[in-house]
Amino acid sequence: MSGLLAKPAFRVWLFLAAATVLSWWLGADHGLGSGEAVIAVVLVIAFVKAWFVGQWFMELRTAPASLNAWFYAWLVACATAVVVLYLAG
Amino acid sequence: MSTITPDVERSTREELGSGKRVPGEIGVWIFVLADLVIFGILFAAVLVMRGDDPAVFAEGREHLSQGLGLLNTLILLTSSMFVVLGVDAAREGRGSTARALFAAGVACGLAFIGVKAIEWGGHLSDGFTAHSNDFYMMFYVTTGVHLLHVVIGMAGLLGVRAMVRNGIDPQRRALVESGGIYWHMVDLLWLVIYALFYLAV
Repeated sequence: MSGLLAKPAFRVWLFLAAATVLSWWLGADHGLGSGEAVIAVVLVIAFVKAWFVGQWFMELRTAPASLNAWFYAWLVACATAVVVLYLAG
Repeated sequence: MSTITPDVERSTREELGSGKRVPGEIGVWIFVLADLVIFGILFAAVLVMRGDDPAVFAEGREHLSQGLGLLNTLILLTSSMFVVLGVDAAREGRGSTARALFAAGVACGLAFIGVKAIEWGGHLSDGFTAHSNDFYMMFYVTTGVHLLHVVIGMAGLLGVRAMVRNGIDPQRRALVESGGIYWHMVDLLWLVIYALFYLAV
């Protein structure tokens, strides 16, 4: 277990799994009444998780800034569109 | 086996002096970014259609199995971790470990498909098809296109697994990494699909 904990991939997986269970708890009518603001937070958490997948699993943290910039551009544009359209809907 | 990338190749994938390196093939990144944009448009379309008929989407979401959605998200996250560890093992010349980890990633992909089959089977037997309403149309289209990516990603992982029999060949390092990058994109897209369909709309 301590060997696994030494691996960043395992620690990132633990974080992503915990964030997923938290999102499920908040969103699946178990949490705070699942109001619009709570669900907007759940959507933002999904894009934070996507950022972690990009940086740590797809190795963008050690990639040239130009490649990272394309990924960031998508992430910010998509997250903004999804949250704004959700709140407007 | 040496894992040093030849200078000629390295000079094409590193920014001079920065020590930074493009993981995988440039081509896979173009494909990944194009796919991300297409799915982004799909997500926006789902929400615009929800704006036209919020009741249908809320009712549709309530019919989805929260447990199966959560389970499939955890399955894909776990598969991604196996693939990260597999790429690391391959780069370190540990071929048999890498093969086992890629096989575990593929097994998770099979489990994801199995859960999806149970889920779709349940909806279809309840009489909900893609023609039932806008929610089910977008649900089947989005999760169906994603499922196609899961199958392609699994084929990629099996291809990568075959390449690392004796550790990683320096010439194939980028190809092995590309298989991993594609699989992580499949995982990343599902994270958003899960939040959107199972928790939000």
